Amino acid sequence: MSAWLTLVRRDLRLALRQGGDAAMVIAFFFLAVTLFPLGVGPAPETLSRIAAGIVWVTALLAALLSLERLFLADYEDGSLEVLALMPLPLEFQVLAKALAHWLTTGLPLTLVAPLLALLLHLDRAGFGMLVAGMALGTPTLSLVGAVGAALTLGARRGGVLLSLLVLPLYIPVLIFGVGATEAAITGLAVRPHLLLLTALLLAAIPLAPVAAAAALRQAVE
Amino acid sequence: MSLTSVAVYPPDRSFNGPGFPQPGPLLLCTCSIPPILGMMRAMPLPDSNPLFAGTNLVCLRGERLVFTDLNFTLDAGQALLLRGPNGSGKSSLLRVLAGLIRPEAGRLTWGGAKITEDPVAHRARLHFVGHLDALKPPLGVAEMLGFWAGMRGDTGKVAQALDYFRLTRLASAPCRLLSAGERKRLALARLLASPAELWLLDEPTSGLDAAAETDLMHAIARHRAGGGRVVLATHGPLPIEDAETLALDDYMPRPKAIAA
Repeated sequence: MSAWLTLVRRDLRLALRQGGDAAMVIAFFFLAVTLFPLGVGPAPETLSRIAAGIVWVTALLAALLSLERLFLADYEDGSLEVLALMPLPLEFQVLAKALAHWLTTGLPLTLVAPLLALLLHLDRAGFGMLVAGMALGTPTLSLVGAVGAALTLGARRGGVLLSLLVLPLYIPVLIFGVGATEAAITGLAVRPHLLLLTALLLAAIPLAPVAAAAALRQAVE
Repeated sequence: MSLTSVAVYPPDRSFNGPGFPQPGPLLLCTCSIPPILGMMRAMPLPDSNPLFAGTNLVCLRGERLVFTDLNFTLDAGQALLLRGPNGSGKSSLLRVLAGLIRPEAGRLTWGGAKITEDPVAHRARLHFVGHLDALKPPLGVAEMLGFWAGMRGDTGKVAQALDYFRLTRLASAPCRLLSAGERKRLALARLLASPAELWLLDEPTSGLDAAAETDLMHAIARHRAGGGRVVLATHGPLPIEDAETLALDDYMPRPKAIAA
């Protein structure tokens, strides 16, 4: 457990020292969202109808942006092979790194999402569910993304390949995440959406680290 | 302190700090009286001196057969030097020994048990220092070493290890400011920062100055005197006492073998 926390702490420290990553993800989120009023026009009724979708899709892309670096830096400087030889199994290390990734991207995205929703005139009834849905959905994005990041290690143009691999897998999270907000606005039951998002997260917690660790072992062979 | 270690170590680079294990009397016996070693190995329990051995190891990298039917044994206190031209499989063998690569065929055993049966135990008893230094540019030197020691659950000897490899002066400097030799020394400091029985070193002296090379040789001698084992790939002549040499070109697959 202490080794696990040591790894989480290191990744957080690296993210803070290098500074750029988390800040860039948030900046991308802001910029991309502000493109929509410019593209579809500033009419509040149009924006308000698509607000939840815009925030979710943009958050998805922002989370994807920082995924490529998740294992790549460790792979390139040799840390990954030393990590693979630590007594702590790689599966748990993947979990630690996914947690650190979520804390530096998913969590800040969740926190600034209401602000952007406000800019897009999201119905007031949907705010709580937007945050709740993102809090439940973004950890899944980090976990599933870790599998993609591990699989594309060492591949040429890993970043593009990563998007192609991971984006289709993000669809369920997107559907139920947006669904929860829409349901809250239209007064329908929210519970099924949240339960499904929880189910996706609970499935990803044990499965994604196993898949990612297997891919990492291939990469350091 | 035994006489042998006093003879081997210069007084100014003494390891006799509280953190470093003293060589046990048992191991000194086994070094000087080989027959006892055989008797001990025959005893079923406790296996305090398990043999690390590879039998008929075959390594395939991509489409290329790197070595075939490679055999070695490594007992406590022994050192194995891997020699051979570029591409003869020194690094591959080290990675096989670490468990990073699965051998295509053959057995790799520790005290008779295959290492794949308990990979966690095998990883816990080895240190691997490869060509890459595994350093993070933004982290401080002491912080970096503390992380690697912490991953093995013991940060007590970090300061000592830094001191040994003359890095104390740089302890708070970020790794990105280190020279190539300093980076190598910091990578090697992992060996002392958390104890492990088996050291797997891939060209550990590349980039080191003469003083650092001497430090490393003393660290290796001290490690062996304490019952540690070392496998080291090298091109240069290294002053390592009574080390076994494994010439990897002896195990290169002959063209005929590939055709068959």
